[in-house]
Amino acid sequence: MKGKVWKYGDNVNTDVIFPGKYTYSPLTPEEMAQHALEDLDPEFARQVRPGDIIVAGRNFGCGSSREQAAICLKAAGVQAIIARSFARIFFRNAINQGLPVFVQEEVVAGLNQGDEVDLELEKGELVAGGKRWLLPPLPLMVLKIIKAGGLIPYTRQKLADSREDEKKRT
Amino acid sequence: MGQTFSEKILGKRAGQKVKAGDIVVVSPDRILSHDNTAAIINEFRKLGISQVRDPEKLVIVLDHVVPASSEKYAQNHKIIREFVREQRVRNFFDINHGICHQVLSEHGLAAPGTIVIGADSHTTTYGAFGAFSVGVGRSEVASVWATDELWLRVPETIKINLEGQLPPWVYAKDIILKIIGDQGADKANYQAVEFSGPGAKALSLASRMVLCNMAAEMGAKNAYFHPDKKVFDFFQELGISDYEVVTSDEDAQYSEVINLNLDKLEPQVACPHTVDNVRPVSEVEGLPFHQALIGTCTNGRLEDLEVAAQILRGKKVHPQVRVLIIPASQKELLKALEKGLIKIFNESGCVVINPGCGPCLGAHQGVLAPGEVALSTANRNFRGRMGSRDSFIYLASPATVAASAIEGRIKDPRKCLL
Ligand code: SF4
Repeated sequence: MKGKVWKYGDNVNTDVIFPGKYTYSPLTPEEMAQHALEDLDPEFARQVRPGDIIVAGRNFGCGSSREQAAICLKAAGVQAIIARSFARIFFRNAINQGLPVFVQEEVVAGLNQGDEVDLELEKGELVAGGKRWLLPPLPLMVLKIIKAGGLIPYTRQKLADSREDEKKRT
Repeated sequence: MGQTFSEKILGKRAGQKVKAGDIVVVSPDRILSHDNTAAIINEFRKLGISQVRDPEKLVIVLDHVVPASSEKYAQNHKIIREFVREQRVRNFFDINHGICHQVLSEHGLAAPGTIVIGADSHTTTYGAFGAFSVGVGRSEVASVWATDELWLRVPETIKINLEGQLPPWVYAKDIILKIIGDQGADKANYQAVEFSGPGAKALSLASRMVLCNMAAEMGAKNAYFHPDKKVFDFFQELGISDYEVVTSDEDAQYSEVINLNLDKLEPQVACPHTVDNVRPVSEVEGLPFHQALIGTCTNGRLEDLEVAAQILRGKKVHPQVRVLIIPASQKELLKALEKGLIKIFNESGCVVINPGCGPCLGAHQGVLAPGEVALSTANRNFRGRMGSRDSFIYLASPATVAASAIEGRIKDPRKCLL
């Protein structure tokens, strides 16, 4: 899928991705998307298009455990985030929301704000400006969750399957 | 070869020998959530089941915006109270208890050798008691409510050796700010942190909680202190003895060992807008500010309030600053009340607020206007955290904040030796 690069630096924290003042408002993902990165880059929410990717430095998503930080980016249409490193909870949250995240230094060094990219998630391949990069493969567990569309649908399916199994047994 | 605390406890609970990097599936002992429980309930409802697997494990504390400051917060609280009744959650703490990390701790719900997960990044706090405690996201909590299972990567561990002794007017907060300032906000990403050495042993439980709490600010997955007599006495007083201590081995493998000598440590201040932007207080002295905050899950316990009261006793806070005091819990508030500390705070011109998170997350009770500066004992100074995105937050120990509150400018607390 094609899109554009939004490039940011190190330590982009969850407060600038999704401000704390909205965290306890019952917003829909689409409403959350309108506040995405509001305190860092007010242009982002206005101009982001489905398929765009975020490329960032170290420790992306540091700070609070708020899942809206991942939800708002996904709802804004972000296809994937590629960074030098991620904060632990954000990394998990992104996967749990079905938003793929990759650690790939060379991509971060090689891409700039506004670059046109083509990301093929299935193949783990990214093409931009005639260059081609491979993304590190995701662990099996993670792939399953992303494929299911996030942890909630994944768990839902798992619970339904185990109920089926039980029925068959009895 | 020996094992770290994290390897040992996760291996024990997963029923296999593990090493850092392995992925295990465990069943946690406690599952914490706070005002965000309403959002978790929402996710839980999507799972197609009606009952949580083991309601005894749930710990729900209303603390972030208490009492509710608007209709929407009130609605959230209402949803949570109804869910608590419906699911028969016994460990529910309504708005009259305090901040989740303090409340869970003081009820002995994070015993040594237990696994606590929480939908809050500062769930690392319970390492102070020798628990394995780790923050996770909301859908994850909903999923664990349903399945009683969680996957975790066994973390590598950084050992932080504290040598020497803290000088007067220098505290746990200064230790952890110094470490984060030196090592960076992502130093311990995906890793565990073990605090050890004579300097660690000498710390009170409340002070150990400060270090574990703020380990989250260096990216740590979990933190740990070797449980000792202080911990055992604490649980004995609560009448809790059914726990099994898990400790790291002498010959455990660490990804890194960091040594810090406390003998010459100065009070530290984290400057806007990152927690690792740390300077010794001498470099920021004289900086004027508008609002001081003494409280939060980091520094709102009795020992913190005592230091602040010691400095504020018989003095008046500067007329141009507002000083908010927020005890971490009702229990800590009561102790402070009995000791006469609350009187001291009121007489000196502070505003004492009910236990809870208060303005720590910028939702109510003292948010900042554009251009305003706060000096706070909290754990986070990110841009916009306490209100306007154009405000500024400095973090310091309760002693530094109290000394500065009188001055109206950041002041080295060592200069108010009594
Ligand atoms: S006091 Fe602040 S850091 Fe602690 S739990 Fe509350 S909002 Fe989070």
